Amino acid sequence: MGHSDLSRLVEPDRVRKEVYTDAGIFEREMERIHETVWIYCGHESQVPKPGDYYTVQIGRQPMIMVRGKDRKVHVLYNRCPHRGNMICGDRKGNTGEQFRCSYHAWTFQHDGRLKNIPMKSAYDGTRYGQGNPDCDMKKAARVENYRGFVFASLAQKGPSLEEFLGKAIVAFDDMCDRAPAGEVEVVPNCFRVIQHSNWKLFLENQLDALHPSVVHQSTGRAAHEVEKVLAKKAKGGAAPLSYHMLSAFATVTIDKWDDFQTINYPYGHCILTGYMGLRPQDPDTLAYDKIMIKAYGRKRFEEIVGVNIHHVLVYPGLSVQSPLQQLRAVRPLGVDRTLTEIWHFRLKGAPEAIYRRSLAYYNLVNSPATLINADDLENFWKCHQGLASDGGDWVSLARHHGRDLEKDGAVSSGPKMGTSEAPMRNQMKAWAKYMGAQ
Amino acid sequence: MKTLEIQHEVEQFLYRQAACLDGKQWQAWIDLFAPDGIYWMPPDASYETWEGQPAIFAEDKNLMTVRMLRVLHPDAWSQRPLWETNHVVSNVVLKKIAKNGDVEVTSRFHMMELRRDDVRHFAGAYLHKLRKTKNGYAIQLQRVDMTNAQAAYDYVLQVWV
Repeated sequence: MGHSDLSRLVEPDRVRKEVYTDAGIFEREMERIHETVWIYCGHESQVPKPGDYYTVQIGRQPMIMVRGKDRKVHVLYNRCPHRGNMICGDRKGNTGEQFRCSYHAWTFQHDGRLKNIPMKSAYDGTRYGQGNPDCDMKKAARVENYRGFVFASLAQKGPSLEEFLGKAIVAFDDMCDRAPAGEVEVVPNCFRVIQHSNWKLFLENQLDALHPSVVHQSTGRAAHEVEKVLAKKAKGGAAPLSYHMLSAFATVTIDKWDDFQTINYPYGHCILTGYMGLRPQDPDTLAYDKIMIKAYGRKRFEEIVGVNIHHVLVYPGLSVQSPLQQLRAVRPLGVDRTLTEIWHFRLKGAPEAIYRRSLAYYNLVNSPATLINADDLENFWKCHQGLASDGGDWVSLARHHGRDLEKDGAVSSGPKMGTSEAPMRNQMKAWAKYMGAQ
Repeated sequence: MKTLEIQHEVEQFLYRQAACLDGKQWQAWIDLFAPDGIYWMPPDASYETWEGQPAIFAEDKNLMTVRMLRVLHPDAWSQRPLWETNHVVSNVVLKKIAKNGDVEVTSRFHMMELRRDDVRHFAGAYLHKLRKTKNGYAIQLQRVDMTNAQAAYDYVLQVWV
């Protein structure tokens, strides 16, 4: 697809359906977006010991994130330079002192450098052997670690990770700052769920503040029914917070969602501001507050817990809920198939009760038996089916179009317009730029 | 009671549990649990407790009720399409029989699920801790170790396995 064709795909308030369904466009996206920009690989606490590794997909490239003997986290292509065999067949593990190819036993250091080739002398006088970089496992062009969150870019050139993240860096700061020790560690479990739709549908849905009241009404109502019964029985008149997290999907009405705001940034990132009652005055919270004040002082503590964020979207592959210490990494598998990896983090130094509170959300909302995402995935599938049809050519992104506010390079939804489709418009604007359509 | 009779009674109970799920008799299924009963599906067989850890399911009767009310709600969009399951329960082995009649029993299950035109299979091991009451057994714990627990889920699980 040529430059002029691409530029006809995106208009300020609508996009062509092919953006979601065309296999050729998908290939170009992988090349120009996912295999170019900074993509989240994982948290360094996933690989605490030398030799620990996780495999991860960046665009179409199978990669390995590994902890080296030098304590550094390296990101390598999961490919033997000899015959192209994948080096790690498991999703995670410990590779020991070295990587060893299961086909002809070439061995490599944790940073990818060739260690040994069996029958070395057979390569005498050939171009192959130690010192030839073509005999090393290829490394990701760039790797950066921000407060424990490891990102890789497969392109030599481009903005640094911090430049790329811009204001969206608050996702990681907010998460880590809420820990009395200033850092988080991964909870060793990853939920993985596949949806039958294009990857962009997931990202657009994350900050679509109108959809919860429609899509998640059933769970919200169901939780509210039980919450009311439990509240009546409870001493303090309140049901456990997890019921409120679920019932909010129904009790936060559309006009309340409009009170929130989305702030959209270059490269497609977006922040949704707003609370879901995450700062109650129960004994657990008060105990946590006390530890935090001791660690940071009252002024800094107020700043930290005053960060007003519900959700941060790091385009094109990460949705972060920092106040709940969880994130979803989006891995496109094909034009109509997408995998999400869902992780939960523990605030180092925080009381167990605080961990358990967000754990409840992780289990109820983000597990493969989710009470919430079942209906999202149903809609994504239906959306993809409809888009693949000839029943229409365009997808509308016009809600509150023309009322966005632009300031210092950021585009905010208008006042009382939290349900604006500004985030989708911003993502598509960034998309068009990445794709070379502008 | 003789072990053989207990074996028979426990087997019949496990079959009824599965039949409630396949028959979508959600309230009847929840009623099989003791008041403090827990339905637990760990993400990995190495987990030893349902508390304080990630879980695919970790539900008391209140959360079970939320799940039931959700699937019965007219706007549970993902519940609209054709959806059926079929459980087969077998390999029932009594592990412990207490003096008061409580038992611990392991079994294997295989569940085939049909959703629209798609078939999925889930299989694994059940551990049931059953409390003997005057109305028969009540489930104190139903632990479900799915063989495919760690595999990526193609779509999700909406109801208990």
